[in-house]
Amino acid sequence: MLTLQCPYCGVMAEETELSAGGEAHLKRFGPGSTDADFETYMFMRENPKGVHFERWRHANGCGKWFHAARCTVTLEVFGTYPAQTSVPPADLLDKIRAARPGFKWREFE
Amino acid sequence: MSEAISALAGANTEGFARVSELGLHGMITVRGNQSDAAFAKAVCAVAGVDALPAIRKMVGTLEGGIAWMSPDELMVFVPYSQVVERVGQLNETLAGQHFLAVNVSDARAVFGIDGAAAREVLAKIAPVDLSPEAFGVGDLRRTRISQIAAAFWMSGEESFRLVCFRSVAEYAFKLLGTSAAKGGEVGYF
Repeated sequence: MLTLQCPYCGVMAEETELSAGGEAHLKRFGPGSTDADFETYMFMRENPKGVHFERWRHANGCGKWFHAARCTVTLEVFGTYPAQTSVPPADLLDKIRAARPGFKWREFE
Repeated sequence: MSEAISALAGANTEGFARVSELGLHGMITVRGNQSDAAFAKAVCAVAGVDALPAIRKMVGTLEGGIAWMSPDELMVFVPYSQVVERVGQLNETLAGQHFLAVNVSDARAVFGIDGAAAREVLAKIAPVDLSPEAFGVGDLRRTRISQIAAAFWMSGEESFRLVCFRSVAEYAFKLLGTSAAKGGEVGYF
């Protein structure tokens, strides 16, 4: 079972206390943007086999949104971090680089 | 004025632990910056406690206490008869500041789980480590019990208090009652 630590309340929350929020760090393209940008924002996802950055909500808990880095193949969790950021924290990226040499997720590698 | 009654009017059931609906309690949801001294002082004054609870803690009692709900949310407990007045007091003291205080007394139900094996009643239905080493008196968790959201804390060595939405009070009562039914003892803790 997937267990993530909520960075806001510190609880080691298991899957049934959380709800998934899809891919993290999307840049929104709304009204006024080009069709191509909007399509990319709306439909195009990384869907990686390996390290992935996701949004999760501690729904049956403190109710806060946070981000998590985990591997979609092994379910290994590299870490969680608060949602008030548009890029993953540097120390977490270092940890992933060390564990998975050659990993690539969007512009991060 | 019509007479206010709680969701289950004090229903209770006796198993290997006692589950009871605890009637009317004044509950105020307060949101704001907990690290702000003026905010903390005002909320503590309303609840009649010395300091705000630490993360995942409950201070005081159902008659005057504060529960930690999230980094920016608290639940203040006051006597039911005084809740309107206390919300007014908060609004007055904190006027002009960024905060929110709402009387949710009639939108919540409060339960008590009492008995030597009270831990087991909740451990069976919530994804929480309720071992004595991990969860002690004053500790609070906002989580789910089976299919509904709830918050509970340990109010004494052998007692828990639980708050859930009033609309699901009957479900919560039956769930707790079933979990506490005689013959369902696990004896793990």
